[in-house]
Amino acid sequence: MDWLLALIQAVLFTLLAPLFSGWLKWVKCLLQNRRPPPPWQPYRDLRKLFGKRPVVADTASWLFPVTPYVVFCAAALSGAIVPFFAVDLPTAAIADMIVLVGFFALGRFFLALAGMDVGTAFGGMGSSREMTIASLAEPAMLMAIFTLALTASTTNISVAIDYLLDTGLALRPSFLFALGGLLLVAVAETGRIPIDNPATHLELTMIHEAMILEYSGRHLALIEWAGQIRLMLYGVLIANIFLPWGLAREFTPEALGIGAAAIAAKLGALAVALALAETSVAKMRLFRVQEFLGFAYLLSLLGMLSHIILEV
Amino acid sequence: MTATRTAVKEDGFMVIDRLTASLQSLGTPEFGNEKAQAGAVGPALLCPVIPEDWGVAAEAAAAQGCRWAAGWGEARGESWVVNALLEKSGDYLLLRTVLPPGRTGLPSHTPHFPGAARPERHTRDLLGLKFTGHPDDRRWVRHQAWGEREFPLRPDFPLSGQPPAVTAPDRSYGFASAHGPEVNEIPVGPVHAGIIEPGHFRFLALGETVLNLEERLGYVHKGIEKLAEGRDPEGLARLAGRVSGDTTVGHAWAACQAMECAAGVAPPERALWLRAIFIERERVANHLNDIGAICNDTAFAFGHYQFSRLRELWLRDNLRWFGHRLLMDRIVPGGVAVDLPAEATSAMPGAMAALRSELEELKPILDESTIFQDRVVGAGVLPERIVRELGCLGYVARACGIGRDVRERAPHAPYDRLGVKAVTRSDGDVAARLYVRYEELFASLDIIDQCLQRIEPGPLRTAWRTPPANAEGLGLVEGWRGEIATHVRFDGSGSIVRFFPRDPSVFNWPALEKLILGNIVPDFPLCNKSVNGSYSGHDL
Repeated sequence: MDWLLALIQAVLFTLLAPLFSGWLKWVKCLLQNRRPPPPWQPYRDLRKLFGKRPVVADTASWLFPVTPYVVFCAAALSGAIVPFFAVDLPTAAIADMIVLVGFFALGRFFLALAGMDVGTAFGGMGSSREMTIASLAEPAMLMAIFTLALTASTTNISVAIDYLLDTGLALRPSFLFALGGLLLVAVAETGRIPIDNPATHLELTMIHEAMILEYSGRHLALIEWAGQIRLMLYGVLIANIFLPWGLAREFTPEALGIGAAAIAAKLGALAVALALAETSVAKMRLFRVQEFLGFAYLLSLLGMLSHIILEV
Repeated sequence: MTATRTAVKEDGFMVIDRLTASLQSLGTPEFGNEKAQAGAVGPALLCPVIPEDWGVAAEAAAAQGCRWAAGWGEARGESWVVNALLEKSGDYLLLRTVLPPGRTGLPSHTPHFPGAARPERHTRDLLGLKFTGHPDDRRWVRHQAWGEREFPLRPDFPLSGQPPAVTAPDRSYGFASAHGPEVNEIPVGPVHAGIIEPGHFRFLALGETVLNLEERLGYVHKGIEKLAEGRDPEGLARLAGRVSGDTTVGHAWAACQAMECAAGVAPPERALWLRAIFIERERVANHLNDIGAICNDTAFAFGHYQFSRLRELWLRDNLRWFGHRLLMDRIVPGGVAVDLPAEATSAMPGAMAALRSELEELKPILDESTIFQDRVVGAGVLPERIVRELGCLGYVARACGIGRDVRERAPHAPYDRLGVKAVTRSDGDVAARLYVRYEELFASLDIIDQCLQRIEPGPLRTAWRTPPANAEGLGLVEGWRGEIATHVRFDGSGSIVRFFPRDPSVFNWPALEKLILGNIVPDFPLCNKSVNGSYSGHDL
């Protein structure tokens, strides 16, 4: 039963990720005085892409066609180990936060290699920029996660959230700092404004898009889908670690229903906040990114320090 | 250049000390007398020189601080006529030489005026003339679709062209290269990811820093000059309106001005005011578009959609009042095609007041957006020296503190009665080019207001008069990108034999290659948008 539920959660996570992106786009369109496409538009796009034959460059090695599958699997598996609407699922017990960060790194490693594989200038440029950003974002993210781990004395996300639910509402300065750090990292890692512009057509300014410029058809569909999963993953992580209330702790229909409604409301609100931010700020100069991520690291570090100083 | 040089005096050709006198009269009250004595083409003093003195003349002009404003050639019978338009302090001088039959070589102006490099390559490609001493022998607009001995502007080349089934690839074009373990070569275009015109950019980058940028243009060559041959004035005005779609009013006015100057036709007063209203409306629409696009290139969605919205409202007014969103074909030889409707007279001031207040509201939002300011301030700085060397025009020059504006320096009717002051900034960066546009929006709205107040009822068109054979004219108009210079010549039957429109982009595209140096690659789209050269207007 538990395993069935875990499986359902993982599949639902993967299936609902495009809807989250669609909802985000829908809100952004409305904010920008445009007529929005329906929130389920990403499903149509994915269907269209899956129906197209991918075009692979002559210079591509085996790495190029393999990467979309690796990237997608890494994203889908990380979706399976994050508590979505219930905690204490068996999948959560076999992997912890370090594994999650590892999955992210695995996907990125392959994407960066694939970007350089074909040998176009844009792919290499995108890979180089992506790795620069990743090398700055990962320490900040780990630091934020360690703050949580110190508080709950575990690196297992599910157990940590359980601990937070048990202790109830408590104002923890360390969590506020860590939340700030993680928010900044999430913006950078998911390629959102002000770090990267997912909607740009300017090939010279792209980061994530530059790496995947050569992809088409079902390869592109998988990468896009993986990107949507990653975006939702960060949303769920932030929502469930810092506002864990509503998560199902028993596997009764009511509890699960409340859990599902709670995460839907949290993600919906988070998307509105992200859309507001993305509409009102411009994209940074590329060489300001290290300051942005340096600040994220500083926030996470302050979170950990304040935990040690104030909360132990 | 010394006045002691003695050149061979041939009939009709000016000796070189005479040229020096002409050059020295530019920008002084003497200029009018010179023009009366020596003859003129439109507002420009005509200055014939012998082919041998062509290079020396350029050297003398450069020494006098002239700007090289345009260069073109044409076949006249068996011989070739080559022209160069020079400007100083608002006075224009047309250097002209005639190459006798069988001779195709002429000294290049490029060593003295770097901005002349591409126009000379253009002339060389299309006419098959050779400019000796030109530093660059690569093809420019004549891509590989033309054979080695095919020159489309020569009279024996058919109007329909001789297009090959498949255009040969342009592999042999030798771009500047650099070697080193850290140097990346980034080819971009000609087909871009966005829906824009085609053009190729070749970057040499050290990491993200741009070492060198080389442009390869000519992909939108439409054969405008060839298509113009044999057209009637109406047809030419329509063609001129399509040289660059976003500058349809500017090019049409410049072409009509040139034709009217050749035919001695003076458009009626009301038509002149209406033309000014049209060109200022075009300026406002394009500046709004550019400001929005600059916001978009920094991913500042709010700014992008606000300015796009304002432009759209403005264009809808154009459609409602004048029958065309972009005001295409509203300017015709001898006047204008549409009148100012009573509805526009009453509604336009209100619409402009609304635009003004929205612009005033939006400005602090741009000013106070830290990330946006960080992107535009200090990016793509163009040194003033480069502007002078290349002869850059419009907002590109004005953002570097050089107030080149035909409406101020060489005002034609009706601007001679308006007293326009060029808007300038001194920083020369993306922000300066942005804010010059912003202030020009307000200035243009003021000009339209004045036009509306001073326009009187009257006829819209003067009857056309067929000009005598070989009558020629020069049109100089400040389009929204800068000075447009257009030359036309008629045959005896009233149709066009030569039409040469020079878009300001010709001198602004090379500036982009300079201002990007030392910037980072991802800032290129922003720098490019702040210059916003026309591919179509450049490639002809």
